[in-house]
Amino acid sequence: MTFDSYSAWYWPYLFILLAGWLPTDIWRFLGVYLAGHVKEESNLLVFARTLATSLVAAVIAKLVLYPEGALAGSPLALRLGAIALGFAVYITMGRKVYRGVIAGEALLIGGLWWTHSLPVS
Amino acid sequence: MQQLKRFSGPLPMPQSPQIPSDGWRWFGRGLARIGSIPSIILMFAFIGFAGLARDSGFTLPETMVMVLTIWALPANVVLIGAILSKASIVTAAISVALSSIRLMPMVVAIMPEMRTEKTRKITLYLAAHFVAITAWVMALEQFRTIPKEKRIIFFLGMGSGFLVANVLLVALAFAIADDLPPLMAAGLIFVTPLYFLFSLWGSAREKQSHYAMGYGLALTPFFHWLAPQSDILLTGVAGGLLAYGTGELVRWRRG
Repeated sequence: MTFDSYSAWYWPYLFILLAGWLPTDIWRFLGVYLAGHVKEESNLLVFARTLATSLVAAVIAKLVLYPEGALAGSPLALRLGAIALGFAVYITMGRKVYRGVIAGEALLIGGLWWTHSLPVS
Repeated sequence: MQQLKRFSGPLPMPQSPQIPSDGWRWFGRGLARIGSIPSIILMFAFIGFAGLARDSGFTLPETMVMVLTIWALPANVVLIGAILSKASIVTAAISVALSSIRLMPMVVAIMPEMRTEKTRKITLYLAAHFVAITAWVMALEQFRTIPKEKRIIFFLGMGSGFLVANVLLVALAFAIADDLPPLMAAGLIFVTPLYFLFSLWGSAREKQSHYAMGYGLALTPFFHWLAPQSDILLTGVAGGLLAYGTGELVRWRRG
């Protein structure tokens, strides 16, 4: 039962609700329920956070290492350089997210323009 | 103007919580956070996400339903990734569930700060739906300056504002995506990993979360090579266990 299994108009929406909305909001709702029962310093929550953080890190790494769409044709070294520069700027210049984003974007867009690595459409 | 407002009320105590417009004032202050810098970065990330969804073959209504019901951007990206790799509905749901686990401790952390004895259950569950990285980090920053009984209405204003603004933005991005120069489209897609990397680093509550980021980033190529269809899931579990173990080891060695 994949996204393309049925041709009914509602199937993609049912898929999104069952594979997207339900497994996301169930954690939020569980969080509301547990808020009164679990201590914030509990080891179980520390483990839940490391697991969660590691998952989001994997999402980030995939976006940089194996991008889809407009970034697919760009050089890997440029994407790695841009994320590394952005992180260095974020860490050393007052931990402001927007500064890191601007630095990383400047290197990426400048590099793409300089190397002509994107098809001009 | 300020003076006029202050003295035009029919009651002598405009600050009193019994006046309904006071609640709306806090709702409005939450809404106004749409214009803040983190919110604008989030909007860029959602414009990039709209481009990703469009390039991957999703329709506009499908993408809007995804954003409205899932809201958390990583879970949206994970769902699209799973669908593209022809995952079954069960595999896709497991991947999304694992990427959304972090929402549970986030909700647990924020609820006690905005819950009062009078707050209805349904209001709390509604507020929980708005919990995602940006709104959560901003709430923790802003709550210090907001009276406790006003925090929930402030958060509802901010959360619903972010959600509705980005759903509408996705529609706009779909309409203009064809006209975007490739360089700009590439730049917008890249905002997402940059933004998540920094805000995730900044919102970490303990050293273990930073270990987890390091392990997660480093292990991804290995698990992508080993099992491309479940690389996020495997990386998350392995990285999470290693990070927790490292934290325990460091604590044990320090005695």
